Amino acid sequence: MAVLEFIKTYSPLFLPAIWITIQLTVLSIILGIVIGLITALAKLTRVKLLNRIADLYITVIRGTPLIVQLSFIYFALPGIGIELSAFVAGSIGLGIHNGAYIAEIFRGGIQSISTGQTEAARSMGMTQGQTMRRIILPQALRRVIPPLGNQFIIALKDSSLAGLITVNEIYMTSRRLGASTYQQMEFYMLAGAFYLILVTLFSVVVQKVEKTLETSKRQSSEIL
Amino acid sequence: MSQPIVKLKGLNKWFGDLHVLNDISLEIDPSEVVVFIGASGSGKSTLLRCINFLEEAQKGEIWIKGKEINPYKENLNRVREKIGMVFQHFNLFPHMTVIQNVIEGPVQVAGTSRGKAREEAMELLEQVGLHDKADEYPEMLSGGQKQRVAIARALAMKPELMLFDEPTSALDPELVGEVLNVMKDLAKKGMTMAVVTHEMGFAREVAERVFYMDEGKIIETGTPGEIFDSPQHPRTKKFLSQIL
Repeated sequence: MAVLEFIKTYSPLFLPAIWITIQLTVLSIILGIVIGLITALAKLTRVKLLNRIADLYITVIRGTPLIVQLSFIYFALPGIGIELSAFVAGSIGLGIHNGAYIAEIFRGGIQSISTGQTEAARSMGMTQGQTMRRIILPQALRRVIPPLGNQFIIALKDSSLAGLITVNEIYMTSRRLGASTYQQMEFYMLAGAFYLILVTLFSVVVQKVEKTLETSKRQSSEIL
Repeated sequence: MSQPIVKLKGLNKWFGDLHVLNDISLEIDPSEVVVFIGASGSGKSTLLRCINFLEEAQKGEIWIKGKEINPYKENLNRVREKIGMVFQHFNLFPHMTVIQNVIEGPVQVAGTSRGKAREEAMELLEQVGLHDKADEYPEMLSGGQKQRVAIARALAMKPELMLFDEPTSALDPELVGEVLNVMKDLAKKGMTMAVVTHEMGFAREVAERVFYMDEGKIIETGTPGEIFDSPQHPRTKKFLSQIL
């Protein structure tokens, strides 16, 4: 069959691209988690300046298109002497982008923990830092697993935009091959299929994590 | 006579326009058990929460063991270490087992070794009758058991004063007794205690002094006998007639 033949012939050409997509996604998620956590804490402290900076970051990133952000980092920053490879620019851009959304997820998680937890910790002499690290964050992290998993799937699909700043990931590869063989329909469908498979695998992993945390999650569901 | 554990002088606090604490002055001596009664909204809980600085009073002095505490200069964590607090809603840490809840303070705050903290925690759990629940998570416990764990957790820091903020108000009636018994035990052992409660039986049996509060003021103070049997102030009389 022609379709099978097509898949068999061209799939191997996608392997490096799939690997790049996975790398982009994982790197941007890790970066996003780090930025997100810092931003969430900055938003929750009583230091007004940090609140403002965090707000500004979230507003700008959520208020502008990802493709503009990526283009800015890859095409505009060299103008002031910052030259990054397409892959590095893509990872950083996607990471900064994810960070804004993950920050809001973390903030919501932290704020969902009752103030009684903080009071109990502080009343026995724990510092603010200890209270956050030992009492609030462990409970909040469990609560944010589902929305975080959702954000990871979005990050995976968003990584396709890095193709437009010349990263040879799945989308870029399908576009290139489609243009040179005049088989756009086949290659875009193939690219879509790869994303679908990756997202499905990702979802399974996220669900596994959720399941393993389920017992402990029930433990942290005590509201008061 | 030794100096009081707590001395409040002219304490005032407002929530916006609401004058929640109106010129409160009192002393609590070592090993004394005092009980605060009054309608909800009378300022009892706020008063208790000011003593360990969970709330900040805007005016007045708070002396702990003969030293005035300025919340802006003093390391409040050091002050709080020695003041245990038990909350209406227990506030156990749900992601930790019972024993982990109890050793958290000693290990993280007091720097006690894990082994020694565990040993002492088991003794405390024995004292509150829950040593067999050490490795359970709080969600597996009844309300009364949770509150007893919370008491053990507070005691683990070897406090010199225990604050109880309506410790039995969130419990089913049949579970109130077990918590009160633990508190009575504690009082017998000489713990200094300040208790906000609606359990008049407990107040009568255990308290050395009872404070009746209304609209942020201490209206009347006396021994349980004086307050319950011959209240002087009309508002105290009215309150007691409503609840007894």
